[in-house]
Amino acid sequence: MTQEQVKKLQEFALQIRIGTVECIKSRGFGHIGGSLSVADALAVLYGSVMNVDPKNPKKPDRDKLVCSKGHAGPAVYATLALKGYFPYEKLMTLNQPGTDLPSHCDRNKTTGIDMTTGSLGQGTSTAVGMALGDRLQGRDCRTFLIVGDGEIDEGQVWEAAMFTAAKKLTNLVWLVDWNKKQLDGYTKDILDTGDLEKKFAAFGFDACTIDGHDVEKLYEALTRKAQDKPIAIILDTVKGKGVKAVEETMKNHSMTVGPEVFDEWLKELYDRQKAMNA
Amino acid sequence: MEIVYNGEKDSRMFNAVIGGTIDALMKEDEKVVWLDADLMGCSGTAKGQGERYINCGIAEANMIGIAAGLCASGMKPYAHSFGPFASRRSYDQVFLAGAYAKNPITVIGTDPGITAAFNGGTHMPFEDMALYRAIPEAIVYDITDVPMLVDALRKAKDLPGVTYIRVPRKASFQVYADGTSFTPGKGAVVREGKDALIVASGIMVHEAMQAAKALAEDGIEAAVIDPVTVKPLDAELIREWAKKTGVVVTAENHNKIGGLTSAVADALIGMPLKFGHVAVEDVFGEVGPQDYLRERFDLTCDHICRVVKELKA
Repeated sequence: MTQEQVKKLQEFALQIRIGTVECIKSRGFGHIGGSLSVADALAVLYGSVMNVDPKNPKKPDRDKLVCSKGHAGPAVYATLALKGYFPYEKLMTLNQPGTDLPSHCDRNKTTGIDMTTGSLGQGTSTAVGMALGDRLQGRDCRTFLIVGDGEIDEGQVWEAAMFTAAKKLTNLVWLVDWNKKQLDGYTKDILDTGDLEKKFAAFGFDACTIDGHDVEKLYEALTRKAQDKPIAIILDTVKGKGVKAVEETMKNHSMTVGPEVFDEWLKELYDRQKAMNA
Repeated sequence: MEIVYNGEKDSRMFNAVIGGTIDALMKEDEKVVWLDADLMGCSGTAKGQGERYINCGIAEANMIGIAAGLCASGMKPYAHSFGPFASRRSYDQVFLAGAYAKNPITVIGTDPGITAAFNGGTHMPFEDMALYRAIPEAIVYDITDVPMLVDALRKAKDLPGVTYIRVPRKASFQVYADGTSFTPGKGAVVREGKDALIVASGIMVHEAMQAAKALAEDGIEAAVIDPVTVKPLDAELIREWAKKTGVVVTAENHNKIGGLTSAVADALIGMPLKFGHVAVEDVFGEVGPQDYLRERFDLTCDHICRVVKELKA
């Protein structure tokens, strides 16, 4: 990767964070923490890894994304808007009556969303089905699955993981957003997930852990071709990454703040954007 | 619709028919996929060849999610387990990954109600139709005989909603001619009669026909309607015959709550008539031979006769 490419992806990630905060600001509350933690992964996926065409969003042989932690919708919507799937202004309709942008991802409402998610754990199995369907139909493409580290409490996740490895679904890439927190607090206090990399390796994956905010590392991990085992990437991330006040808030799963607070958060992001472009 | 009912048992086993029909569908339509949860030996698909027969292991929730994902990728999946696991165990997956996300999967639940027999109460779904009826746009079949099963399996892959087919594994009593074409939401008048209407589904159609025969000997001419699908329900047909007869009795191998009895009662709200039911009285299942269970839960032609006569008295 050239330094120019790295910078471009970092800028894209920053734009996604700005879009996410603006999207949530429009409603005054939303799932900010887990949206910001996946912004870099989304930037690398949609910015350089995935074969997608916003003008042809249902192209059968496209790469697909299942954001099983469906509450990260705002970050995915910001990514899709920036990619041109729909006008950027639409981001300001989050959770308004009759909106196309509900809290949780919905494939029937939002252009570019490949699978409906929200009931945690379920996106793992649907992603498996999509990858299996692509394989059965001879399509040369991949499905990327983002799972939350709190979501991983769900037993269905491990059913799907076992299936992925047992049936050698190498066209499905698991990304675990290891941001260490869930709604009620730290995952290690609520239901300790233990060593996720070891767990996935034991389930039959080619597993690794990377800095989930390092676009170079993300690019390297996401472009690696799977051999005989499917790939699982544990993303070491910070819940609320990119906005200091959110990072420092213990309960940052969903936050309700006044417009002036959102503006402070945005100022921080805009300042960083200016510094980046200086 | 040609009725061929003669009260004699069909020699064909339902699960063998499932296996044969799915095999034929696989050859006709390359999008067809069969998913099973370690019960291929029960669903008649154990000899299925090729990568489109997928054994998911004992993981029904995952299986239903995979079916939904396959649907989204353009395939036409059928997923099978025993009724309780095809409904209760995987309900949120059917509801959200299937129906809500507009992935019209087909789910086959075998051993409905008392047909679970020796597997007992843990395996005896008296509530599967209630659960599936509560899913918007779902289509719910309570299979009566082999021709209905074949037609339901053939049509389900192209139906617009999540389709649930509840069907025993063993043999049944043939009611319809082979090759009969059914339409979801269109019921069948299996027998005409002016004095009472019995609305029966699944294995209870045979009991209703036996009851109608016995009632005729006592001078009561009972009509028998099979709704084919409990959802959508052919309310128009049932209301028409309810009006003609003034007495309606439902008969189902299911809890009286949420299944055929509830659906028919909904359809008849506001009509001046007498209404009774033959159904499981909101209790759990238990183990035993099917003949014992039929008596235990009063799912018999004798009980249908009793209820009709009480209402006629």
